[in-house]
Amino acid sequence: MKETKTLTCVACPKGCEVTVEFEGNEILNIDGHACPQGQTYAEEEIVAPTRILPTTVRVKGGALPLCPVKTSKQIPLEIIHDAMEIIGQKEVEAPIEIGQVIVENILDTGADVVATRDLPRKIEV
Amino acid sequence: MLKVKKDVVVIGGGPAGLAAAAEVYDNGVEDVIILERDFELGGILPQCIHNGFGLHYFKEELTGPEYSQRFENDVEERDIEVKLDTMVLDVTPDRKVYAMNQEEGFLEIEAGAVILAMGCRERTAGALGIPGTRPAGVLTAGTAQRFTNIEGYVPGEEVVILGSGDIGLIMARRMRLEGADVKAVCEILPYTGGLTRNVVQCLEDYDIPLLLNHTVTKIIGNDRLEAVEITEVDENMKPKPETSKIIKADTLLLSVGLIPENELSKKADVVLDDTTGGPFVNEGRETNIEGIFACGNVLHVHDLVDWVTQESQIAGNWAAKYVKGEYKRTGSKIKMKAGENVSYVIPHTIELDGSDRNRMPLYMRVSTPLMAVDINLYADGEKLYSFSEPFAKPGEMITVPLAQKTLDDLDDVKEIRVDIIEKEGQ
Ligand SMILES: Cc1cc2nc3c(=O)[nH]c(=O)nc-3n(C[C@H](O)[C@H](O)[C@H](O)COP(=O)(O)OP(=O)(O)OC[C@H]3O[C@@H](n4cnc5c(N)ncnc54)[C@H](O)[C@@H]3O)c2cc1C
Ligand code: SF4
Repeated sequence: MKETKTLTCVACPKGCEVTVEFEGNEILNIDGHACPQGQTYAEEEIVAPTRILPTTVRVKGGALPLCPVKTSKQIPLEIIHDAMEIIGQKEVEAPIEIGQVIVENILDTGADVVATRDLPRKIEV
Repeated sequence: MLKVKKDVVVIGGGPAGLAAAAEVYDNGVEDVIILERDFELGGILPQCIHNGFGLHYFKEELTGPEYSQRFENDVEERDIEVKLDTMVLDVTPDRKVYAMNQEEGFLEIEAGAVILAMGCRERTAGALGIPGTRPAGVLTAGTAQRFTNIEGYVPGEEVVILGSGDIGLIMARRMRLEGADVKAVCEILPYTGGLTRNVVQCLEDYDIPLLLNHTVTKIIGNDRLEAVEITEVDENMKPKPETSKIIKADTLLLSVGLIPENELSKKADVVLDDTTGGPFVNEGRETNIEGIFACGNVLHVHDLVDWVTQESQIAGNWAAKYVKGEYKRTGSKIKMKAGENVSYVIPHTIELDGSDRNRMPLYMRVSTPLMAVDINLYADGEKLYSFSEPFAKPGEMITVPLAQKTLDDLDDVKEIRVDIIEKEGQ
Protein backbone atom coordinates (compact mmCIF):
# COMPACT_ATOMS: atom_id res chain seq x y z
CA MET A 1 0.00 0.00 0.00
CA LYS A 2 1.34 3.45 -0.90
CA GLU A 3 1.63 5.76 2.13
CA THR A 4 2.53 9.45 2.57
CA LYS A 5 4.09 10.88 5.70
CA THR A 6 5.14 14.42 6.56
CA LEU A 7 8.24 14.51 8.72
CA THR A 8 10.08 17.35 10.36
CA CYS A 9 13.74 16.99 9.50
CA VAL A 10 15.76 17.18 12.73
CA ALA A 11 19.16 17.20 11.06
CA CYS A 12 19.43 20.93 11.67
CA PRO A 13 17.44 23.64 13.50
CA LYS A 14 15.77 24.82 10.29
CA GLY A 15 13.31 21.95 10.70
CA CYS A 16 12.07 21.52 7.10
CA GLU A 17 8.77 19.73 6.62
CA VAL A 18 9.67 16.81 4.37
CA THR A 19 6.94 14.79 2.67
CA VAL A 20 7.79 11.17 1.90
CA GLU A 21 5.84 8.77 -0.29
CA PHE A 22 6.69 5.16 0.43
CA GLU A 23 5.52 1.59 0.15
CA GLY A 24 6.83 -0.68 2.91
CA ASN A 25 10.55 0.10 3.10
CA GLU A 26 10.71 1.45 -0.42
CA ILE A 27 10.91 5.22 -0.84
CA LEU A 28 8.99 6.48 -3.86
CA ASN A 29 9.34 10.24 -3.55
CA ILE A 30 10.74 12.86 -1.16
CA ASP A 31 9.80 16.52 -1.23
CA GLY A 32 10.22 19.69 0.85
CA HIS A 33 13.81 19.26 2.07
CA ALA A 34 16.09 22.27 1.61
CA CYS A 35 19.32 20.23 1.43
CA PRO A 36 20.54 16.65 0.76
CA GLN A 37 20.79 15.87 4.49
CA GLY A 38 17.02 16.10 4.59
CA GLN A 39 16.72 13.33 2.02
CA THR A 40 18.99 11.00 4.01
CA TYR A 41 17.11 11.85 7.15
CA ALA A 42 13.72 11.09 5.60
CA GLU A 43 14.92 7.78 4.14
CA GLU A 44 16.34 6.62 7.46
CA GLU A 45 13.33 7.86 9.37
CA ILE A 46 11.03 5.61 7.34
CA VAL A 47 13.27 2.54 7.36
CA ALA A 48 14.82 2.75 10.85
CA PRO A 49 14.92 5.97 12.86
CA THR A 50 18.17 6.70 14.71
CA ARG A 51 19.11 9.29 17.32
CA ILE A 52 22.08 10.58 19.28
CA LEU A 53 21.54 9.66 22.95
CA PRO A 54 22.66 12.36 25.38
CA THR A 55 22.56 11.40 29.09
CA THR A 56 24.76 11.32 32.19
CA VAL A 57 26.96 8.78 33.95
CA ARG A 58 27.70 8.55 37.68
CA VAL A 59 31.15 9.72 38.75
CA LYS A 60 33.30 8.66 41.69
CA GLY A 61 35.42 11.31 43.37
CA GLY A 62 34.49 14.05 40.92
CA ALA A 63 33.85 17.76 41.43
CA LEU A 64 30.28 16.90 40.43
CA PRO A 65 28.35 13.64 40.99
CA LEU A 66 27.53 13.21 37.28
CA CYS A 67 29.30 13.61 33.97
CA PRO A 68 27.34 14.30 30.76
CA VAL A 69 27.88 11.78 27.95
CA LYS A 70 26.54 11.08 24.46
CA THR A 71 26.72 8.36 21.84
CA SER A 72 29.46 9.16 19.33
CA LYS A 73 26.97 8.57 16.53
CA GLN A 74 23.28 7.91 16.12
CA ILE A 75 21.87 4.66 17.42
CA PRO A 76 18.51 3.05 16.62
CA LEU A 77 15.66 4.75 18.47
CA GLU A 78 14.23 1.40 19.51
CA ILE A 79 17.27 0.45 21.62
CA ILE A 80 17.58 3.79 23.44
CA HIS A 81 16.05 2.41 26.64
CA ASP A 82 18.42 -0.59 26.64
CA ALA A 83 21.34 1.78 26.17
CA MET A 84 20.11 3.91 29.11
CA GLU A 85 20.12 0.81 31.27
CA ILE A 86 23.72 -0.04 30.43
CA ILE A 87 24.93 3.53 30.99
CA GLY A 88 22.93 3.65 34.24
CA GLN A 89 24.95 0.74 35.65
CA LYS A 90 28.28 2.45 35.03
CA GLU A 91 30.32 4.46 37.48
CA VAL A 92 33.44 6.25 36.28
CA GLU A 93 36.38 7.51 38.31
CA ALA A 94 37.33 11.21 38.05
CA PRO A 95 39.17 12.96 36.50
CA ILE A 96 37.37 12.61 33.19
CA GLU A 97 38.38 14.24 29.94
CA ILE A 98 36.08 15.40 27.18
CA GLY A 99 35.89 12.69 24.50
CA GLN A 100 36.89 9.90 26.92
CA VAL A 101 35.20 6.61 26.03
CA ILE A 102 32.84 5.52 28.81
CA VAL A 103 31.20 2.52 27.09
CA GLU A 104 32.79 1.05 23.99
CA ASN A 105 30.61 -0.06 21.07
CA ILE A 106 27.37 0.06 23.00
CA LEU A 107 24.95 -2.77 22.08
CA ASP A 108 27.09 -3.53 19.02
CA THR A 109 25.94 -0.35 17.30
CA GLY A 110 29.47 0.77 16.47
CA ALA A 111 28.83 3.87 18.60
CA ASP A 112 30.86 4.61 21.74
CA VAL A 113 29.45 6.46 24.71
CA VAL A 114 31.81 9.42 25.27
CA ALA A 115 32.15 12.15 27.90
CA THR A 116 31.08 15.62 26.77
CA ARG A 117 33.04 17.67 29.30
CA ASP A 118 36.17 17.68 31.40
CA LEU A 119 35.40 16.77 34.98
CA PRO A 120 38.18 17.29 37.53
CA ARG A 121 38.57 15.46 40.82
CA LYS A 122 36.87 16.80 43.88
CA ILE A 123 39.25 19.03 45.78
CA GLU A 124 39.38 17.90 49.42
CA VAL A 125 39.41 20.77 51.89
CA MET B 1 37.92 47.60 49.60
CA LEU B 2 40.04 46.44 46.68
CA LYS B 3 40.01 49.02 43.87
CA VAL B 4 41.24 48.21 40.36
CA LYS B 5 40.96 49.51 36.80
CA LYS B 6 40.17 47.36 33.78
CA ASP B 7 39.71 48.23 30.12
CA VAL B 8 36.69 45.94 29.77
CA VAL B 9 34.61 44.19 32.44
CA VAL B 10 32.35 41.34 31.28
CA ILE B 11 29.55 40.46 33.70
CA GLY B 12 28.54 36.80 33.35
CA GLY B 13 30.62 33.85 32.13
CA GLY B 14 28.03 32.06 29.98
CA PRO B 15 28.43 31.66 26.22
CA ALA B 16 27.70 35.38 25.75
CA GLY B 17 30.37 36.55 28.20
CA LEU B 18 32.96 34.04 26.95
CA ALA B 19 32.60 34.98 23.27
CA ALA B 20 32.50 38.70 24.02
CA ALA B 21 35.66 38.56 26.15
CA ALA B 22 37.62 36.60 23.53
CA GLU B 23 36.53 39.06 20.84
CA VAL B 24 37.59 42.06 22.94
CA TYR B 25 40.99 40.43 23.39
CA ASP B 26 41.35 39.59 19.70
CA ASN B 27 40.67 43.22 18.85
CA GLY B 28 43.73 44.28 20.77
CA VAL B 29 42.29 45.07 24.19
CA GLU B 30 43.92 42.49 26.44
CA ASP B 31 43.02 44.01 29.79
CA VAL B 32 39.63 42.28 30.02
CA ILE B 33 38.09 40.41 32.95
CA ILE B 34 35.09 38.06 33.31
CA LEU B 35 33.12 38.09 36.57
CA GLU B 36 30.97 34.99 37.17
CA ARG B 37 28.90 34.21 40.25
CA ASP B 38 28.88 30.43 39.69
CA PHE B 39 31.75 28.06 40.58
CA GLU B 40 32.43 27.37 36.90
CA LEU B 41 32.10 29.02 33.48
CA GLY B 42 29.52 28.14 30.83
CA GLY B 43 26.31 29.70 32.18
CA ILE B 44 23.31 27.54 31.45
CA LEU B 45 25.21 25.26 29.04
CA PRO B 46 26.72 22.71 31.48
CA GLN B 47 23.19 21.59 32.40
CA CYS B 48 22.01 21.45 28.76
CA ILE B 49 23.51 18.01 28.15
CA HIS B 50 21.44 17.38 25.02
CA ASN B 51 22.73 17.74 21.48
CA GLY B 52 21.56 20.55 19.22
CA PHE B 53 24.16 23.26 19.75
CA GLY B 54 26.58 24.68 17.22
CA LEU B 55 24.99 23.63 13.94
CA HIS B 56 25.19 27.16 12.56
CA TYR B 57 28.43 28.29 14.17
CA PHE B 58 30.54 25.13 13.97
CA LYS B 59 28.53 23.29 11.30
CA GLU B 60 28.44 20.27 13.58
CA GLU B 61 26.08 19.16 16.27
CA LEU B 62 27.41 19.50 19.80
CA THR B 63 25.96 19.14 23.28
CA GLY B 64 25.76 22.17 25.59
CA PRO B 65 28.84 21.24 27.63
CA GLU B 66 30.88 20.63 24.47
CA TYR B 67 29.86 23.96 22.96
CA SER B 68 30.74 25.72 26.19
CA GLN B 69 34.09 24.02 26.52
CA ARG B 70 35.27 25.32 23.13
CA PHE B 71 34.73 28.89 24.32
CA GLU B 72 36.16 28.21 27.77
CA ASN B 73 39.27 26.95 25.98
CA ASP B 74 39.39 30.16 23.89
CA VAL B 75 39.35 32.23 27.06
CA GLU B 76 41.97 30.07 28.73
CA GLU B 77 44.32 30.12 25.72
CA ARG B 78 44.25 33.92 25.76
CA ASP B 79 44.96 34.03 29.48
CA ILE B 80 41.92 36.21 30.01
CA GLU B 81 41.39 36.94 33.70
CA VAL B 82 38.36 35.19 35.21
CA LYS B 83 36.95 35.59 38.69
CA LEU B 84 34.59 32.76 39.67
CA ASP B 85 32.25 32.68 42.69
CA THR B 86 32.10 36.44 42.25
CA MET B 87 28.74 38.14 42.40
CA VAL B 88 28.32 41.53 40.76
CA LEU B 89 26.14 43.69 43.00
CA ASP B 90 26.05 47.07 41.31
CA VAL B 91 27.00 48.90 38.15
CA THR B 92 26.94 52.69 37.91
CA PRO B 93 26.30 54.78 34.77
CA ASP B 94 29.93 55.95 34.90
CA ARG B 95 30.96 52.29 34.67
CA LYS B 96 32.07 51.43 38.17
CA VAL B 97 31.39 47.75 38.83
CA TYR B 98 30.95 46.55 42.42
CA ALA B 99 31.35 42.84 43.13
CA MET B 100 31.99 40.49 45.99
CA ASN B 101 33.66 37.17 46.59
CA GLN B 102 34.83 35.20 49.60
CA GLU B 103 38.54 35.54 49.02
CA GLU B 104 38.82 39.24 48.29
CA GLY B 105 35.67 40.62 49.84
CA PHE B 106 34.26 43.74 48.25
CA LEU B 107 35.74 44.90 44.91
CA GLU B 108 35.41 48.11 42.96
CA ILE B 109 36.42 47.96 39.32
CA GLU B 110 36.61 51.08 37.22
CA ALA B 111 35.84 49.90 33.70
CA GLY B 112 36.62 51.45 30.34
CA ALA B 113 33.65 49.55 28.98
CA VAL B 114 31.17 47.11 30.51
CA ILE B 115 29.58 44.16 28.73
CA LEU B 116 26.36 42.92 30.33
CA ALA B 117 26.04 39.14 29.78
CA MET B 118 23.95 38.00 32.74
CA GLY B 119 21.59 35.73 30.80
CA CYS B 120 17.99 35.23 31.86
CA ARG B 121 15.88 33.55 34.51
CA GLU B 122 12.75 31.43 34.30
CA ARG B 123 9.25 32.61 34.97
CA THR B 124 7.91 30.86 38.10
CA ALA B 125 4.59 29.54 39.42
CA GLY B 126 4.12 32.67 41.53
CA ALA B 127 4.41 34.83 38.43
CA LEU B 128 1.72 32.73 36.75
CA GLY B 129 -0.92 32.80 39.46
CA ILE B 130 -2.42 29.32 39.06
CA PRO B 131 -5.10 28.75 41.74
CA GLY B 132 -4.55 26.10 44.41
CA THR B 133 -1.89 25.19 46.95
CA ARG B 134 1.89 25.57 46.64
CA PRO B 135 3.16 22.10 47.51
CA ALA B 136 6.65 20.72 46.85
CA GLY B 137 6.96 19.26 43.38
CA VAL B 138 6.13 22.42 41.47
CA LEU B 139 9.31 23.73 39.92
CA THR B 140 10.67 25.33 36.79
CA ALA B 141 11.92 23.07 34.02
CA GLY B 142 15.39 24.60 34.24
CA THR B 143 15.62 23.85 37.96
CA ALA B 144 14.58 20.26 37.25
CA GLN B 145 17.23 20.15 34.54
CA ARG B 146 19.89 21.26 37.00
CA PHE B 147 18.79 18.64 39.56
CA THR B 148 18.72 15.85 37.00
CA ASN B 149 21.83 16.64 34.98
CA ILE B 150 24.23 18.24 37.46
CA GLU B 151 23.19 17.24 40.95
CA GLY B 152 22.14 13.71 40.10
CA TYR B 153 18.66 13.65 41.49
CA VAL B 154 15.52 13.14 39.37
CA PRO B 155 12.81 15.29 40.92
CA GLY B 156 9.72 13.10 40.39
CA GLU B 157 8.00 10.04 38.98
CA GLU B 158 4.71 11.24 37.53
CA VAL B 159 5.20 14.43 35.63
CA VAL B 160 3.04 17.05 33.92
CA ILE B 161 4.73 19.87 32.04
CA LEU B 162 3.12 23.26 31.60
CA GLY B 163 4.38 25.19 28.61
CA SER B 164 6.01 23.86 25.47
CA GLY B 165 9.18 25.96 25.50
CA ASP B 166 12.37 24.14 24.58
CA ILE B 167 13.42 23.49 28.15
CA GLY B 168 10.06 21.83 28.87
CA LEU B 169 10.31 19.64 25.78
CA ILE B 170 13.90 18.65 26.52
CA MET B 171 12.98 17.83 30.11
CA ALA B 172 9.99 15.73 29.01
CA ARG B 173 12.39 13.40 27.20
CA ARG B 174 15.05 13.56 29.87
CA MET B 175 12.68 12.54 32.68
CA ARG B 176 11.12 9.85 30.50
CA LEU B 177 14.59 8.40 29.84
CA GLU B 178 15.30 8.48 33.56
CA GLY B 179 12.21 6.34 34.09
CA ALA B 180 9.55 8.92 34.98
CA ASP B 181 6.04 8.75 33.56
CA VAL B 182 5.59 12.01 31.66
CA LYS B 183 1.84 12.30 31.32
CA ALA B 184 1.43 15.37 29.16
CA VAL B 185 2.83 18.66 27.98
CA CYS B 186 0.12 21.36 28.14
CA GLU B 187 0.38 24.46 25.97
CA ILE B 188 -2.19 27.24 26.27
CA LEU B 189 -1.51 28.49 22.71
CA PRO B 190 -2.57 26.63 19.56
CA TYR B 191 1.12 26.10 18.65
CA THR B 192 4.29 25.10 20.50
CA GLY B 193 6.77 27.58 21.91
CA GLY B 194 9.79 25.41 21.20
CA LEU B 195 11.70 24.31 18.13
CA THR B 196 9.89 21.80 15.92
CA ARG B 197 12.82 19.40 16.10
CA ASN B 198 12.35 19.22 19.86
CA VAL B 199 8.67 18.38 19.50
CA VAL B 200 9.66 15.49 17.22
CA GLN B 201 12.69 14.21 19.11
CA CYS B 202 11.40 14.75 22.62
CA LEU B 203 7.66 14.11 22.48
CA GLU B 204 6.79 12.14 19.35
CA ASP B 205 9.71 9.72 19.74
CA TYR B 206 8.42 8.76 23.19
CA ASP B 207 4.66 9.06 22.61
CA ILE B 208 4.35 11.89 25.13
CA PRO B 209 1.05 13.69 24.47
CA LEU B 210 1.19 17.37 23.52
CA LEU B 211 -2.06 19.07 24.51
CA LEU B 212 -2.38 22.34 22.63
CA ASN B 213 -4.99 24.89 23.82
CA HIS B 214 -4.71 23.40 27.31
CA THR B 215 -3.58 24.86 30.60
CA VAL B 216 -3.24 23.90 34.25
CA THR B 217 -6.18 25.38 36.16
CA LYS B 218 -5.50 24.00 39.63
CA ILE B 219 -2.62 22.70 41.70
CA ILE B 220 -3.70 20.01 44.20
CA GLY B 221 -1.75 18.65 47.19
CA ASN B 222 -0.65 19.64 50.67
CA ASP B 223 3.01 18.93 51.35
CA ARG B 224 3.73 17.28 48.03
CA LEU B 225 1.93 17.74 44.73
CA GLU B 226 -0.75 15.06 44.29
CA ALA B 227 -2.50 16.06 41.09
CA VAL B 228 -3.15 18.89 38.67
CA GLU B 229 -6.36 19.92 36.99
CA ILE B 230 -5.96 20.61 33.30
CA THR B 231 -8.54 22.36 31.13
CA GLU B 232 -8.95 23.16 27.47
CA VAL B 233 -9.13 26.85 26.58
CA ASP B 234 -11.18 28.64 23.93
CA GLU B 235 -9.78 30.98 21.27
CA ASN B 236 -9.61 33.80 23.84
CA MET B 237 -7.54 31.53 26.09
CA LYS B 238 -10.39 31.25 28.58
CA PRO B 239 -10.73 27.83 30.25
CA LYS B 240 -13.80 25.77 29.32
CA PRO B 241 -14.77 24.30 32.71
CA GLU B 242 -16.68 21.36 31.20
CA THR B 243 -13.38 20.04 29.76
CA SER B 244 -11.47 19.90 33.08
CA LYS B 245 -9.69 16.68 33.99
CA ILE B 246 -7.64 15.70 37.02
CA ILE B 247 -4.25 14.13 36.29
CA LYS B 248 -2.36 12.40 39.09
CA ALA B 249 1.16 13.80 39.30
CA ASP B 250 3.89 14.36 41.88
CA THR B 251 5.73 16.87 39.74
CA LEU B 252 4.68 19.90 37.69
CA LEU B 253 7.38 21.45 35.57
CA LEU B 254 6.92 25.00 34.35
CA SER B 255 8.35 25.98 31.00
CA VAL B 256 6.49 29.20 30.56
CA GLY B 257 9.08 31.65 29.47
CA LEU B 258 12.34 33.31 30.25
CA ILE B 259 12.94 36.84 31.47
CA PRO B 260 16.21 38.67 30.78
CA GLU B 261 18.07 39.27 34.04
CA ASN B 262 18.34 43.06 34.07
CA GLU B 263 18.42 44.09 37.74
CA LEU B 264 21.99 45.32 37.34
CA SER B 265 21.26 47.07 34.05
CA LYS B 266 18.54 49.12 35.73
CA LYS B 267 20.98 50.24 38.41
CA ALA B 268 23.20 51.59 35.66
CA ASP B 269 20.24 53.60 34.27
CA VAL B 270 20.07 51.37 31.19
CA VAL B 271 16.64 51.75 29.55
CA LEU B 272 14.75 48.51 28.84
CA ASP B 273 12.38 47.54 26.03
CA ASP B 274 9.08 46.17 27.36
CA THR B 275 8.79 43.70 24.47
CA THR B 276 12.18 41.99 24.79
CA GLY B 277 12.71 42.66 28.50
CA GLY B 278 16.26 43.69 27.61
CA PRO B 279 18.04 46.99 26.91
CA PHE B 280 17.50 49.19 23.86
CA VAL B 281 20.69 48.86 21.80
CA ASN B 282 22.31 50.18 18.65
CA GLU B 283 24.07 47.95 16.11
CA GLY B 284 27.16 47.68 18.33
CA ARG B 285 24.88 46.33 21.08
CA GLU B 286 25.61 49.48 23.04
CA THR B 287 22.85 50.55 25.42
CA ASN B 288 21.64 54.11 25.98
CA ILE B 289 24.55 54.47 28.42
CA GLU B 290 27.80 55.09 26.57
CA GLY B 291 30.32 52.29 26.95
CA ILE B 292 27.82 49.82 28.42
CA PHE B 293 27.06 46.96 26.03
CA ALA B 294 24.71 43.97 26.27
CA CYS B 295 24.56 40.58 24.52
CA GLY B 296 23.04 37.13 24.80
CA ASN B 297 19.92 36.34 26.80
CA VAL B 298 20.20 39.49 28.89
CA LEU B 299 19.47 41.45 25.70
CA HIS B 300 16.71 39.23 24.29
CA VAL B 301 15.94 35.56 24.78
CA HIS B 302 17.66 33.39 22.18
CA ASP B 303 16.55 29.88 21.26
CA LEU B 304 19.90 29.00 19.67
CA VAL B 305 23.23 29.60 21.31
CA ASP B 306 24.89 30.08 17.91
CA TRP B 307 23.25 33.49 17.59
CA VAL B 308 24.27 34.32 21.17
CA THR B 309 27.87 33.76 20.10
CA GLN B 310 27.50 35.88 16.97
CA GLU B 311 25.83 38.70 18.85
CA SER B 312 28.41 38.63 21.63
CA GLN B 313 31.23 38.91 19.12
CA ILE B 314 29.55 42.01 17.75
CA ALA B 315 29.32 43.48 21.26
CA GLY B 316 32.94 42.52 22.01
CA ASN B 317 34.15 44.04 18.77
CA TRP B 318 32.46 47.40 19.42
CA ALA B 319 33.39 47.46 23.10
CA ALA B 320 37.03 47.12 22.05
CA LYS B 321 36.56 49.94 19.52
CA TYR B 322 34.98 52.07 22.22
CA VAL B 323 37.91 51.59 24.56
CA LYS B 324 40.36 52.42 21.77
CA GLY B 325 38.37 55.54 20.90
CA GLU B 326 37.77 54.23 17.39
CA TYR B 327 34.15 55.10 16.95
CA LYS B 328 31.62 57.74 17.65
CA ARG B 329 27.88 57.88 17.61
CA THR B 330 27.02 59.69 14.40
CA GLY B 331 24.16 61.63 15.89
CA SER B 332 21.90 60.59 13.03
CA LYS B 333 19.92 57.49 13.80
CA ILE B 334 18.08 54.99 11.68
CA LYS B 335 15.29 53.49 13.77
CA MET B 336 14.44 49.83 13.22
CA LYS B 337 10.72 49.28 13.32
CA ALA B 338 8.93 45.99 13.97
CA GLY B 339 6.14 46.13 11.37
CA GLU B 340 3.39 43.71 10.47
CA ASN B 341 3.56 40.39 12.33
CA VAL B 342 6.98 41.22 13.83
CA SER B 343 7.27 41.41 17.61
CA TYR B 344 10.74 42.93 17.75
CA VAL B 345 13.88 43.68 15.76
CA ILE B 346 17.39 43.86 17.26
CA PRO B 347 19.25 46.24 17.02
CA HIS B 348 16.76 49.00 17.80
CA THR B 349 18.83 51.69 16.05
CA ILE B 350 21.71 52.04 13.63
CA GLU B 351 23.86 55.01 14.54
CA LEU B 352 27.54 54.14 14.73
CA ASP B 353 30.28 55.30 12.46
CA GLY B 354 32.81 52.51 12.38
CA SER B 355 35.09 50.89 9.87
CA ASP B 356 33.06 47.77 9.23
CA ARG B 357 29.42 47.10 9.39
CA ASN B 358 29.70 43.92 7.41
CA ARG B 359 28.49 41.84 10.25
CA MET B 360 25.11 43.44 10.52
CA PRO B 361 22.57 40.70 11.03
CA LEU B 362 19.10 41.76 12.14
CA TYR B 363 17.51 39.46 14.71
CA MET B 364 13.72 39.29 14.88
CA ARG B 365 10.71 37.24 15.88
CA VAL B 366 7.23 36.97 14.41
CA SER B 367 4.11 37.51 16.53
CA THR B 368 2.08 34.67 15.03
CA PRO B 369 3.16 31.58 13.08
CA LEU B 370 2.82 31.52 9.27
CA MET B 371 3.72 29.06 6.54
CA ALA B 372 5.63 30.39 3.48
CA VAL B 373 6.55 33.96 4.33
CA ASP B 374 8.11 37.01 2.73
CA ILE B 375 10.35 39.09 4.98
CA ASN B 376 10.08 42.59 3.52
CA LEU B 377 12.36 45.49 4.44
CA TYR B 378 11.29 49.08 3.79
CA ALA B 379 13.37 52.26 4.09
CA ASP B 380 11.07 55.15 4.96
CA GLY B 381 8.22 53.23 3.33
CA GLU B 382 10.09 52.29 0.16
CA LYS B 383 10.81 48.62 -0.39
CA LEU B 384 14.48 47.76 0.04
CA TYR B 385 14.46 44.03 -0.48
CA SER B 386 12.78 40.81 0.42
CA PHE B 387 13.67 37.33 1.66
CA SER B 388 11.55 34.17 1.62
CA GLU B 389 11.37 31.49 4.28
CA PRO B 390 9.36 28.25 4.25
CA PHE B 391 7.82 29.16 7.61
CA ALA B 392 8.09 31.55 10.55
CA LYS B 393 7.25 30.70 14.17
CA PRO B 394 7.43 32.88 17.29
CA GLY B 395 9.63 30.23 18.96
CA GLU B 396 12.31 30.44 16.28
CA MET B 397 14.34 33.61 15.89
CA ILE B 398 14.88 34.83 12.34
CA THR B 399 18.13 36.42 11.19
CA VAL B 400 18.37 38.59 8.11
CA PRO B 401 21.54 40.34 6.94
CA LEU B 402 21.58 44.05 6.25
CA ALA B 403 24.38 44.67 3.79
CA GLN B 404 26.93 47.45 4.15
CA LYS B 405 26.15 48.52 0.61
CA THR B 406 22.51 49.02 1.45
CA LEU B 407 23.44 51.05 4.50
CA ASP B 408 25.78 53.27 2.50
CA ASP B 409 22.89 54.11 0.21
CA LEU B 410 20.69 55.06 3.13
CA ASP B 411 22.14 58.41 4.07
CA ASP B 412 19.01 60.25 5.01
CA VAL B 413 16.76 57.37 5.92
CA LYS B 414 15.03 57.70 9.28
CA GLU B 415 13.40 54.33 9.61
CA ILE B 416 13.74 50.76 8.37
CA ARG B 417 10.62 48.69 8.82
CA VAL B 418 10.34 44.91 8.65
CA ASP B 419 7.09 43.11 7.80
CA ILE B 420 6.80 39.32 7.80
CA ILE B 421 3.74 38.36 5.84
CA GLU B 422 2.28 35.47 3.91
CA LYS B 423 4.08 34.96 0.62
CA GLU B 424 2.37 36.60 -2.32
CA GLY B 425 0.21 34.25 -4.35
CA GLN B 426 -0.21 31.73 -1.53
C1 LIG C 1 17.34 24.90 29.40
C2 LIG C 1 17.81 25.51 28.11
C3 LIG C 1 17.93 24.73 26.95
C4 LIG C 1 18.47 25.25 25.78
N1 LIG C 1 18.64 24.45 24.66
C5 LIG C 1 19.28 24.95 23.56
C6 LIG C 1 19.57 24.12 22.40
O1 LIG C 1 19.17 22.96 22.33
N2 LIG C 1 20.28 24.63 21.38
C7 LIG C 1 20.74 25.92 21.42
O2 LIG C 1 21.44 26.34 20.50
N3 LIG C 1 20.44 26.74 22.48
C8 LIG C 1 19.73 26.29 23.54
N4 LIG C 1 19.44 27.11 24.62
C9 LIG C 1 19.80 28.53 24.51
C10 LIG C 1 21.21 28.87 24.98
O3 LIG C 1 21.70 27.94 25.87
C11 LIG C 1 21.16 30.19 25.64
O4 LIG C 1 20.63 31.08 24.70
C12 LIG C 1 22.56 30.67 26.08
O5 LIG C 1 23.05 29.85 27.10
C13 LIG C 1 22.49 32.10 26.59
O6 LIG C 1 23.79 32.52 26.95
P1 LIG C 1 24.07 33.72 27.93
O7 LIG C 1 25.53 33.74 28.13
O8 LIG C 1 23.37 34.92 27.44
O9 LIG C 1 23.32 33.34 29.29
P2 LIG C 1 23.64 32.21 30.42
O10 LIG C 1 24.09 30.95 29.78
O11 LIG C 1 22.45 32.19 31.26
O12 LIG C 1 24.87 32.84 31.22
C14 LIG C 1 24.75 33.96 32.06
C15 LIG C 1 25.81 33.90 33.15
O13 LIG C 1 25.83 35.11 33.87
C16 LIG C 1 26.02 34.83 35.24
N5 LIG C 1 25.50 35.95 36.05
C17 LIG C 1 24.24 36.45 36.07
N6 LIG C 1 24.13 37.47 36.94
C18 LIG C 1 25.37 37.65 37.47
C19 LIG C 1 25.89 38.55 38.45
N7 LIG C 1 25.14 39.47 39.04
N8 LIG C 1 27.21 38.44 38.78
C20 LIG C 1 28.00 37.51 38.19
N9 LIG C 1 27.55 36.63 37.26
C21 LIG C 1 26.24 36.69 36.90
C22 LIG C 1 25.25 33.55 35.45
O14 LIG C 1 25.68 32.84 36.60
C23 LIG C 1 25.55 32.79 34.15
O15 LIG C 1 26.70 31.99 34.27
C24 LIG C 1 18.85 26.60 25.77
C25 LIG C 1 18.67 27.42 26.92
C26 LIG C 1 18.15 26.89 28.07
C27 LIG C 1 17.93 27.80 29.27
S1 SF4 D 1 16.42 19.36 5.04
FE1 SF4 D 1 18.46 20.25 5.31
S2 SF4 D 1 17.99 22.40 5.77
FE2 SF4 D 1 16.08 21.31 6.06
S3 SF4 D 1 16.05 20.80 8.26
FE3 SF4 D 1 16.96 19.05 7.19
S4 SF4 D 1 19.16 19.40 7.29
FE4 SF4 D 1 18.15 21.36 7.75
